[in-house]
Amino acid sequence: MQPLLEVWNLSKQFGGLHAVRNVSFSVREGEVVSIIGPNGAGKTTVFNLISGFLQPTAGEVIFRGQVVSRLKPHQRARLGLGRTFQIVRPFSGLTILENVMVGAFLHTRSPAVAREEAMQILRFVGLEHRAHQFPGSLTLAGRKRLEVARALATRPRLILLDEVVAGLNPTEAEEMIRLLRRLSELGVSAVAGVEHVMRVVLRLSDRVVVLHHGEKIAEGPPEAVVRDPVVIAAYLGGEVTAGA
Amino acid sequence: MTRWREAAIPLALAAAVLAVPLVVKNPYHLNVAILVLVWTTLGAAWNIVGGYAGQLSLGHAAFFGIGAYSLALTAHYWGWSPWAGMAMAVAVSVPLAAAIGAITFRLRGPYFVLGTLALAEVLRLVVLAWRDLTYGAAGIMVPEIFPGLSRAPYYYFIALAAIAAVGTTWWMERSGFGYYLTAIREDQETAESIGVNAAWYKNLALMISAAFTALTGAFYASHLMFIEPDIVLSEPVSVQMAVVAIIGGRGTVLGPLVGALLLVLASEIFRAQFQQAHLLIYGLLLMLTILFMPGGVLGEIQHRLRLRAAPRPVIGTTFSSSHESSGQREVG
Repeated sequence: MQPLLEVWNLSKQFGGLHAVRNVSFSVREGEVVSIIGPNGAGKTTVFNLISGFLQPTAGEVIFRGQVVSRLKPHQRARLGLGRTFQIVRPFSGLTILENVMVGAFLHTRSPAVAREEAMQILRFVGLEHRAHQFPGSLTLAGRKRLEVARALATRPRLILLDEVVAGLNPTEAEEMIRLLRRLSELGVSAVAGVEHVMRVVLRLSDRVVVLHHGEKIAEGPPEAVVRDPVVIAAYLGGEVTAGA
Repeated sequence: MTRWREAAIPLALAAAVLAVPLVVKNPYHLNVAILVLVWTTLGAAWNIVGGYAGQLSLGHAAFFGIGAYSLALTAHYWGWSPWAGMAMAVAVSVPLAAAIGAITFRLRGPYFVLGTLALAEVLRLVVLAWRDLTYGAAGIMVPEIFPGLSRAPYYYFIALAAIAAVGTTWWMERSGFGYYLTAIREDQETAESIGVNAAWYKNLALMISAAFTALTGAFYASHLMFIEPDIVLSEPVSVQMAVVAIIGGRGTVLGPLVGALLLVLASEIFRAQFQQAHLLIYGLLLMLTILFMPGGVLGEIQHRLRLRAAPRPVIGTTFSSSHESSGQREVG
């Protein structure tokens, strides 16, 4: 079966700097794939290239069998490619419910339908009791959930989560990853960018892609990647056991 | 049923606005009321793009002037009726808005503000310089839409225009289109990431805004019976449209009506006392609003009502930064 997302030899140069070089990987339906790498490894650039906020210098992005490398971000969102941002970006003048409604308008014109669907999604992520408050009242973990909810409202097939657990404490991080695991109930796959290597993140991922200085240095099941000498030597060091 | 209940207050307000000439017979007072509604319509038009979509325009005089001159020139040269001239006003201004939007909305930063400023200024200079066509600074006579002594027909016309413009905003606020514009204003990239074609929606907002502005420009010209570039194409026109919406409440349905009432009444009251004092009043009102009610009069009231309806919880505010709460105030 054809993968949901295929990334072929993706490269991005900013002037002389290779932010991303020859990165290839794919995501199958229902998978949760983690892209790990320290700050500056190129994770955000990869997300921006896949979602269309940056144009690649070379390489292709194929989503649901269609080459999307030249499409604009909103066109890719229409095809079912959702994303969240590394720094949470709620529409702070809208309530939490309204934030999610904006996403739902991608497939309905009726505010009543959008409101109903947004409410269901808020229930799914556990924010329903906050629906009529403003995003400013949420903790960082809550706002990250809101980002996921808003992206889910567009009914994506795949959701890209940039720094999904950064800034969260181990309990919050675990809850977040559990939420991602439950995305398959909605038929949504996920690619999660993770800076710090937390055991819980690795355990709950189907596959892990390791980036280092913009290049992919390893890919595979979490337990294999963690033991990969290349990965350890390159940058994991002793941190593997330091996480949650 | 709920639809009708929701529409009851707006409909009552519209009826009240239309009933004004039945009570107000004094021609001077009726003229002031016409001015209030002219600025309400203009403020509402500006509000669609400047308030909801958050795209600051300082050149809406361009669309206003195009409206005025469309009516004046088609009547003068081709003997068109003022109604045909009005249709022309809309037919010219909408494609122009689309062109300006297509160029400036693709860019980030202050290009839209600069683009609109430049458009209005270039148009003013062209109209001033092209005397063979426009009579330049000497100005041009404009036929009346409603010949006769009574000002009441003018009042009814502009009242309907104001109701249409404010009504458009009211409908917008309840539709996906309004949510999209607000999302674009708050964070364009995030909006795009959830499928909003930001460039197109901003452009659509600008086209709707330009249509109402041009229509009002044509009406105003016919109401004055005489126009020249400094009346209809000058920077103060652009600025006042923005000021009306900002003082009343950017991104609120009735903000432009409140702003127009405050500004027109204040300037009428003080004009008698000191010449040019109305400019001072604008300045003062604007400063007071920005200092004490950054969301505008109505914006501030709505913000407080919403906060009361949904009180912030005491717990769980650890990460709620002051930066974001000030952002909320700004947009009201």
